[in-house]
Amino acid sequence: MADAVSAVGGAEFRGAVTVREVGPTGMITLRGDLGSDAVAKAVKAATGLGAVPGEREIGLDGDKGAAWMSPDELLILVPYAEAEKAVTAMEKAPGKAHALVVNVSDARAHFRISGAGVREVLAKGAPVDLSPDAFGAGTIRRSRVGQVAAAFWLSDTDCFDLVCFRSVGEYMFTWLSTAGAKDSLPGYLS
Amino acid sequence: MLILTCPNCGVSGEETEFTPGGEAHLKRFGPGSDDEAFTGYLFERKNPKGVHFERWRHAYGCGKWFHAARCTVTLEVFGTYSAQTTEPPAHIIDAIKTKRPDWEGYE
Repeated sequence: MADAVSAVGGAEFRGAVTVREVGPTGMITLRGDLGSDAVAKAVKAATGLGAVPGEREIGLDGDKGAAWMSPDELLILVPYAEAEKAVTAMEKAPGKAHALVVNVSDARAHFRISGAGVREVLAKGAPVDLSPDAFGAGTIRRSRVGQVAAAFWLSDTDCFDLVCFRSVGEYMFTWLSTAGAKDSLPGYLS
Repeated sequence: MLILTCPNCGVSGEETEFTPGGEAHLKRFGPGSDDEAFTGYLFERKNPKGVHFERWRHAYGCGKWFHAARCTVTLEVFGTYSAQTTEPPAHIIDAIKTKRPDWEGYE
């Protein structure tokens, strides 16, 4: 199989914050009844996490994770090379219960934005309260950034991970680079 | 600015995060119905000045549909509720009546 090529080729921008494309990331959509044992088993099989994330939560364990996307949808994060294996494990786990498992790794772009002003960079384009009191670790928010849909969460202090559709990956990188330009932050949230 | 709270995911977002879906609680008249009823279903919409019941979709968020009751004059939102209802629930009606005592009521 050909090597996976990410949306903007692992580009990096350094300004007031650092924007970096993480590169190919394994992402799996899991749809089903989130309260069911079947989904809990599938999450455990793919990520090793003992709990299904609650509303607007994300559970992370190293390079694996599970994020709440909607009342019937989770996003499973695994290393790119392990995605197919995880899909197979997840399809087996629920048994006869209904669940949908799809590998969407190649349909997405994954960015990491880090630096002291990272909350302000995202706040320029997302209609979300990004103050530390309102948006803490373990929260995932699906919204828009600039003009495109995206989901983001805190992966570390002053470090956001952001995923969007691959088709708008270049737009997202350009937007983040513009919003994160040097000397462009208002200094309101920090 | 219109701020809606999605009942499916609990997010309070401003209107650019949502997509409007027109009047709520329409009854469909399809094959077998008479022309007048079909015309009404297709074209006739309530448009009072004030309280509206609308469908909205959390397009940039969880992607789910829901209903909202709001005032088109002040943009005040009386409440949002499940899309799986055929008429406004009692607590929404009560909330509107409390704030708009002379509202003529639903239908």
